[in-house]
Amino acid sequence: MSDSVLAPADEAELAASVAAAAAAGTPLAIEGAGTKRGLLRPVQAARTLSLRGLSGITLYKPQELILSARAGTPLPEIEAALAEHGQHLIAEPPSLTALFGTEGPPTLGGLVATNLSGPRRISGGAMRDHVMGIRAVNGKGEVFRSGGRVLKNVTGLDLCKLLTGAHGTLGVLTEITLKVLPGPEATGTVAVAVADLAQGVQVLSAGLGSPYGVSAAALLPAGGGGLAGMQAVLRLEDFAESVAYRGARLRAELAGFGAVQWLEGAASRALWDAVREAAPLGAEPGEAVWRVSVAPGEGPGVVAAAGCPKALLDWGGGLVWLAGPATEARHAAVMAAAAAAGGSFTLFRAPEALRAAVAVLPAEPPALAAIGARVKAVMDPAGILNPGRMRAGL
Amino acid sequence: MIRLPDPKPEVLARREAILAGLRAILPEGGVISEPLRLKPYETDGLSAYRQPPLAVVLPTSTEEVAAVLRLCQAEGVRVVPRGAGTSLSGGALPLADAVVIGLMRMNRILEVDYANRLAVVEAGVTNLGITNHVSADGFFYAPDPSSQLACMIGGNVGMNSGGAHCLKYGVTANNLLGVKLVTMAGEVVEIGGRHLDAAGYDWLGLITGSEGQLGIVTEVTVRILRSPEGQRAMLAAFRGTEIAGQAVDAIIGSGIIPVALEFMDRPCIHACEAFAHAGYPLDAEAMLIIEVEGSVAEQDMLLGKLKEICNRFDPISLKVAQTAEESLAIWKGRKGAFGAVGRISPDYLCMDGTIPTGELPFVLKRIGEMSAQYGLQVANVFHAGDGNLHPLIMFDANDPASFHKAESFGADILKLCVEVGGCLTGEHGVGVEKRDLMGVQFTEAELAQQRAIKSAFDPAWLLNPAKVFPLDGNPALQRAA
Repeated sequence: MSDSVLAPADEAELAASVAAAAAAGTPLAIEGAGTKRGLLRPVQAARTLSLRGLSGITLYKPQELILSARAGTPLPEIEAALAEHGQHLIAEPPSLTALFGTEGPPTLGGLVATNLSGPRRISGGAMRDHVMGIRAVNGKGEVFRSGGRVLKNVTGLDLCKLLTGAHGTLGVLTEITLKVLPGPEATGTVAVAVADLAQGVQVLSAGLGSPYGVSAAALLPAGGGGLAGMQAVLRLEDFAESVAYRGARLRAELAGFGAVQWLEGAASRALWDAVREAAPLGAEPGEAVWRVSVAPGEGPGVVAAAGCPKALLDWGGGLVWLAGPATEARHAAVMAAAAAAGGSFTLFRAPEALRAAVAVLPAEPPALAAIGARVKAVMDPAGILNPGRMRAGL
Repeated sequence: MIRLPDPKPEVLARREAILAGLRAILPEGGVISEPLRLKPYETDGLSAYRQPPLAVVLPTSTEEVAAVLRLCQAEGVRVVPRGAGTSLSGGALPLADAVVIGLMRMNRILEVDYANRLAVVEAGVTNLGITNHVSADGFFYAPDPSSQLACMIGGNVGMNSGGAHCLKYGVTANNLLGVKLVTMAGEVVEIGGRHLDAAGYDWLGLITGSEGQLGIVTEVTVRILRSPEGQRAMLAAFRGTEIAGQAVDAIIGSGIIPVALEFMDRPCIHACEAFAHAGYPLDAEAMLIIEVEGSVAEQDMLLGKLKEICNRFDPISLKVAQTAEESLAIWKGRKGAFGAVGRISPDYLCMDGTIPTGELPFVLKRIGEMSAQYGLQVANVFHAGDGNLHPLIMFDANDPASFHKAESFGADILKLCVEVGGCLTGEHGVGVEKRDLMGVQFTEAELAQQRAIKSAFDPAWLLNPAKVFPLDGNPALQRAA
């Protein structure tokens, strides 16, 4: 096994490894900590290219809201450096190690390559919104940069966004520059008991349509987050005076929907940590997990149409986590539900056989798929970077 | 001077046939070809450059755009998309053999969905038109470029436009859900939709800011946000740019992210004050306009903290607006900054580099030295929170030597921005203006890779081909006469 792992010590070595693999036509599985190996389709690769050797924060300017780190840097190292200056990662990325049953912690490169964002996505933006600059190696072994280390930059094509969420299929990220922000002084959560999913999304929409700057809005199944019954939960994050004021206003405005509770400090934080990791979904080890993205109002319909008994709605109702039997029939139902709602889906976790057998992402319209194939050929002409990760044969 | 590619003789020779083909596609009045009526389209916000196009078409639907592109693709005709023509980088500058596709007749707001907090609009809807349409219901569209009264959302997508409030709300790319894109081959593709983070490659992110080189956006689904309870500004003036820079650092370091944090230097303060009589302190070297949001009590709390921070830097004056009217008065000068500079100089070039904010004092000092060397005045206005610098270089367009000096001065400023770790353009785009400086920021291999990605969308390089990438190495010119 160790023979098959390439572990370059720096970017130049990594580029040479990729160039050699391209010349030999050797497919590479690109890996950080390997915590999300179970995501999307299984990669059939002769060798693994590990980013663990490329680790460490290379630049941190708290006053400029900018942090750069090598792709293999473990997430806790970044979070600790930020915390020293009271700052945080805006997109609140999940680690999902419990969901995947893997050993943490994830790396920065893995989080960016998968573009996974947590509950703060709806107010603060996704991982992709905060990737200000990248260094990467394309499938020919050439180092390239996009963006930079400033907060506003429209110079040239935005390859930061193209590579974020590309799951390592267009290039190997070696260094990433993120926008960061001061963390909130205080946090509080309004929880409203609701009768069903449809009413729950109404509550979330009312909160998100209020002027109080709700930073996260989720719908927990009964028992989720330690609360009784189905609960619509809305988070405020700001200076303490603001959280107190806005929390009171929001409670008053939402009281008509159902019984209202107020969680502060550690209780609020624990609840959102759980939502971020999709813990309230309660997915059993053998079950498949889907992540569907739709307009928030479509969330309840997706749950009904997919026929999955387990559902967790985040992002105001627009992010639908589903868990159910790992069968092709259930997968087809989820695909159909997402398509009918005009949304997107990911088969997020499933036994390898199912992941290899079905489309784990929605098909693109033919014109776009053709462009995508040409872009892939530009970035990775030998097709050696994570082949088959996102789509069969690509 | 910026070189434009030679027109394709075979296209010029077939002009009448191409015009007839376009007229067959578009409704009455949708094709403009008379020299006098082409005049308004020969330039954009970078008015030093002018070039009448072969023709202008004004489609009214996505299907018409697709049909025009199919014809142009078949005839090998270059196309230049155009919104309101406010680009400061020459993004809409025509070519002599190109058809300009003006999107201004596609100006309908198709849908507003408050429960899902989105609006679906055609590309020719103005930026402010979106906010005006939803403001009575308490919502707004966040990116607010200074041209927002005129500029159109299609152009905003093309350039990934920013604005004064993007420190808090982000730029165009951060506020989109989907677009309808017509490829050069005339195929209509829906990218994204009404949901966040579509799985698969982030085409939406790649297309935003691609300066009309990958396809033509005809419809846009934007996020709309509920407006805060209120907002209020304060003004803080300091004895030196370095001190003002330290105050900015201290504000960000305190954990406050103001919704806007604008910086003006002495020449800019003077120009704005003479124009707007906003009560700006004329003895200051630098001035900040800081805006916060929330309820009145929250505004008081934040402005109190900000005042305390600014007081640590020995300000010449601190003025906290007590009312919405006083807040508008503070903004009045800043909002009129470009007009104010236009009043004291016949012409100006508005530059748009971004720098790491810590480099501000050094960069302003160097710009001052260059101003003396070139013998041209410059006023600086700056989105201080995000490092986006807008030096306004004053010159006289009637004097070619003055214009060339201004261009060289601008290029030197942008090179300086890259040298200190920044970039050529923060929000105006590369266009033609900064095209020939791309080699300062990117290596030849990096440019080749970006060009190849454009080729994946537009193999014949017909879409806005003279922009962004230096002409040497531009595949569009390999077959030029």
